Amino acid sequence: MLLEARGLGVRFGGAAVLRDVTLRVGPAEIVTIVGPNGSGKSTLLRALLGIQRPSTGQVIRAPGLRVGYVPQRLQIDRSLPMTARRFLSLPVRCSDAEAAAVLARCGVAGVSDQQLVDLSGGQLQRVLLARALLNAPDLLVLDEPTQGLDQPGEAAFYRLIDEVRRETGAAILMVSHDLHVVMAASDRVICLNGHVCCEGTPQVVRDAPEYRALFGFGTQGALALYRHDHDHNHGPGPTHKHGPDCGHDHGPSAPDEPTRKVENAG
Amino acid sequence: MLDDFLVRAVLAGVGLALATGPLGAMVVWRRMAYFGDATSHAAILGVALALALNMPVGAGTLIVALAMAATVSTLAARGWAMDTTLGVLAHSALAFGLVAVSFLPGVRTDLSALLFGDILAVSRVDLAYVWGGSMLVAALLVWRWQALLTATLSEDLAHAAGLNPDRERLVLTLALAVVVAVAIKIVGALLIAAMLIIPAAAARALAKSPEAMAAIAVLVGAGASFGGLQLSLALDTPAGPSIITVAALAFTATVVVARLRQG
Repeated sequence: MLLEARGLGVRFGGAAVLRDVTLRVGPAEIVTIVGPNGSGKSTLLRALLGIQRPSTGQVIRAPGLRVGYVPQRLQIDRSLPMTARRFLSLPVRCSDAEAAAVLARCGVAGVSDQQLVDLSGGQLQRVLLARALLNAPDLLVLDEPTQGLDQPGEAAFYRLIDEVRRETGAAILMVSHDLHVVMAASDRVICLNGHVCCEGTPQVVRDAPEYRALFGFGTQGALALYRHDHDHNHGPGPTHKHGPDCGHDHGPSAPDEPTRKVENAG
Repeated sequence: MLDDFLVRAVLAGVGLALATGPLGAMVVWRRMAYFGDATSHAAILGVALALALNMPVGAGTLIVALAMAATVSTLAARGWAMDTTLGVLAHSALAFGLVAVSFLPGVRTDLSALLFGDILAVSRVDLAYVWGGSMLVAALLVWRWQALLTATLSEDLAHAAGLNPDRERLVLTLALAVVVAVAIKIVGALLIAAMLIIPAAAARALAKSPEAMAAIAVLVGAGASFGGLQLSLALDTPAGPSIITVAALAFTATVVVARLRQG
C-alpha cells in the first residue's frame, strides 16, 4: 500500500465536495478516478497530495513515499521567462545529464532551451511529466493530463505513461473524464461523484448500474467500440467460447447483458 | 570620497537596485504591482506616526509598511477582490498619511521629499541603512529563490514538492516592507513601486531565464539611478522622478530592441 484515504471528506464553505471517500493505491498499480464535472475528482487528488486539507478522515502515505505530480494545466505568466531546462530544476536542481535523459525519455529531447510559453500543449504536458519523473517517484499523480490534446496526442501520452510504469514500476493515480482511454489503460477504476459510486476493474465498473446512471448508456457504445478495436484478435462472431475469466465484450452490436461479474476488485 | 553628496546619492541608488531588481521581478511575475503601491503609500503614514511618537522614521515606515503588507496578504488569502481592495487600501493609506503629516507643522515643508524622495540629501548613516536593508532583502531572496520561483509558477506544484506557498508569500511581504522603508528616502513613497516594476519590466524583454531577468533588472535600476542623477544635475530636475524617467526610457528601449530582434 502506497497511499490510502480513509473516510475522507472535504467541504468548501458549507458544501460537501467529497464525503466518506476510502481508497488505496498499491505498488505499480494504475488507478483512475472518473466522474462527471464537479464530482470532486481534482479536489480528491489535491487532498491526497496534501494540497487541500480534508475536513474529515485522513490520508495515509507509506513512509518515505516519493510522489511525482503532473498538474492539470500549467498557466505560465508571459512575464516569467522560463526554459524547459530551468523548469526541471524547480525546486530541486538536477544535472544537465539528468535533464537531457528525462526529456528524451518523455519524447521531448529538443525542447530544453525553449521557453515554456512557446511549447505546444502536448510538449508542455511531456515536460511536466519529465519533471515529475526526476525524483524517481513511487507514485505518479496526474490530473487530467491530456486535457487540450488532440486524440493522437492523447493516445501517445497514455502510451508514454504506460511505458513509464513498466520501466520504473511506479504506481499511477490519475483523474480522467476520458472513459475509453481509462478503460483500456487502468488496472482499477474509481467512479466518483462526491463519494465513491463504484470501484473495481474496468469491466466491473463499466457494468455497474451506478456508473451507467452517471454516464448514461451513450458512452457504453463508445467503450464497446474502443474495446472491440483494442481486443482485435477475437473470433468473428458472438458464438465463440468464453473462458471463465473472459472479460471482453462483443462490440457495439452485442446484446447488452446486464450480468454483473463479481471479480476481484484489485 | 563619501563626502561628496553625489557619490553618496549614486551609491544609495545602486544599493537600492540590488534589492529592487530581484524583488521587482517577483512583483512582476506574481502580479503584485498594486500590492507594492499599497505598501509604499502606507509608508507616508508611517513617517507621520514616527514623527508624532518621536520614533526613528525608518522604524515607523517599516512597521506601518509591514502592517499594510500583512493586511493585504491576509485579505488576498481570504479571497477578497484584490483589484478593488488594493485600490481602496493604497489610496486610503496615502490620504491618511498626508492628512496625518499636515498635523505636524515641521514636516509640511518636507512633503515633496516624502512623496518623491531626496536622494541628494542621503547621509552616510542613510547610506549604511539603505545598503543594510537592501543586502538583507537580497540575501532573503537568494535563500528562498528556488522555493519562491516554484510557488510563483504554481502553488500546487510547490505544495506537492513539500513547500509552503504561504510561507514564501510571507517572505515577499517582509522583503517588500523592508524595501519600502529604505527606498522612501531615495525615490519617495509615490515612486517606490515604479522602482520595483519598471526595471524588471525592462529586463523582461531581454531575459531568457528568471535569474537573468533579476540580474538585468539590477543593472537597469542602478543605471537609471546614475543616469537620473546626471539628468537631475544637468537640468536641475527633481532627482527621484528623474531616476524613474530614465528607467522608463530604458524600458522603452529594451522593448523596441526585443521587437527588432524578433524581426
